[in-house]
Amino acid sequence: MNQQSATHESSGGFRALIKIRLHNTLTEVGQAFTLFFQTLIQIFRPPFQFDLLVKQLLLIGFNSLGVVIVSGFFTGMVLGVQGYIQLKPYAVEGSVARFVCVSIVKELGPMITAFVLAGRIGASITAELSTMKVTEQIDALEVMGTNPVKYLVVPRFLACSFMLPTLTIFSTFAGIAGGFVAVVTLFDVNGYFFLLEVQKNLFVGSVLISLIKATSFGMAIAAVGCYKGFSISTAGGAEGVGTATTGSAVISLIAILILDFVLNHVLFNILGLI
Amino acid sequence: MISVKNITKNFGGKNVLNGLSLEIPHGETLVIMGRSGCGKSVLLKIIAGLIAADSGEIWFDGTEISKLKTKKMNLLRQKIGMLFQSAALFDSMTVAENVAFMLDQHTNYSKQEMRKIVDEKLELVDLEGVQDLRPAELSGGMRKRVGLARALAFNPEVILYDEPTTGLDPVTCTEINQLIRDLHERLQVTSVVVTHDMHSAFSVATRMAMIHEGKQIAYGSPDEIINIDNPILQQFVLFGAPDQILNMENPILKEYIGR
Repeated sequence: MNQQSATHESSGGFRALIKIRLHNTLTEVGQAFTLFFQTLIQIFRPPFQFDLLVKQLLLIGFNSLGVVIVSGFFTGMVLGVQGYIQLKPYAVEGSVARFVCVSIVKELGPMITAFVLAGRIGASITAELSTMKVTEQIDALEVMGTNPVKYLVVPRFLACSFMLPTLTIFSTFAGIAGGFVAVVTLFDVNGYFFLLEVQKNLFVGSVLISLIKATSFGMAIAAVGCYKGFSISTAGGAEGVGTATTGSAVISLIAILILDFVLNHVLFNILGLI
Repeated sequence: MISVKNITKNFGGKNVLNGLSLEIPHGETLVIMGRSGCGKSVLLKIIAGLIAADSGEIWFDGTEISKLKTKKMNLLRQKIGMLFQSAALFDSMTVAENVAFMLDQHTNYSKQEMRKIVDEKLELVDLEGVQDLRPAELSGGMRKRVGLARALAFNPEVILYDEPTTGLDPVTCTEINQLIRDLHERLQVTSVVVTHDMHSAFSVATRMAMIHEGKQIAYGSPDEIINIDNPILQQFVLFGAPDQILNMENPILKEYIGR
């Protein structure tokens, strides 16, 4: 009897726990979207502080260029090697260039760039903003009549949204170059033939898909990074900053994957882009 | 004058402020005292518009500010300077950039004009030659002074001090107290100081208020405060007031010392 009631109680407790978790998650999603819409409104409200935007563009774009190119290059090399090995038994190893090009342009270019930036920039945005929150710097901004969303979020959001597609172009070229180097140096594939195949399979629609995806990933990384930075309580301290930073990287990565699926469905199945 | 009327604030089911009312007369330095967690800093943040009260009103020179739109509130905030407990200096900026922040955001002053104002304000808080240093290169007392210079940059009518002496050594505490007194005399601003440091409280106050369990339980000049027969207040005063207060011929205080 006691055991039964304990089981009943524990299942009730579990249900209550799920309810609380669900409530908290929905509240957080609501707050994140509120911040997102506030950001969109503030983008179009003067004053426009271009110096802050330029600073973020350099910080996010220029400083990430090296790591994005290296990541793209080696991803392309791996794709080239794996593609050749998988296609050879079917005697279609000549399609390796198409395989590398389409995979990198439509999928891996924006994805790898977004993953690198989620870890590098998303986490750093959260760490910076949450530290400002716990040290009352965001309160100080507000007391001095400056809107923290306008001053802190808008430049980061715009810089991420602009720099992610820009960096994706670099990572895509690096990926194709990586695939080229791997296949041409390790296997008996003709370099001219590889480049010709790349040219044949590089469509404007594919590049458009890549850039739309990259811009969306950039917005997601900035929105999650800024929200996690702002959502920490002033009493959170160093531990809160650490938790928020980890949470930001994890949520950004999951958001990128979900967004990628949704965009694939919308762009390929609904809009019919190739 | 600032009037706080029937303010309530609840955090996670805990009533931090419970119908608190308070008058802050023009040109006075009001010290708000109370135990840790009694809602002093929350009250200060409500006055500065950083936290919204659950109910009640805040009047600033005839304007009810708790329902003001962001744009009007930002204009009003230009009349308020605030020194935060941690000074809250922007790490990524130099001292000069910190002090000039409001001028840079809300005026069209040239770089030279801003530099002149920055130098003036830093001189006002007895700091010179630190313009190009970063906050991380400053001591705790210097950070508070820079925070104060930043709060003064826009010539505010009201200065809010959140625990101005917390975390400082006794000598620096005395210097900061002296600075608050000097600024009050020189600038004739209204000041609100939140503290539980009784030395600091009696050193700077022209009026004092004690908050307990979210309500005001005592209010008056320092002389009046030590004559109020309230055990919570007297216990608070006894544990931290400076010797010159404790040695006064005051029957109420003597009675509590005797217990």
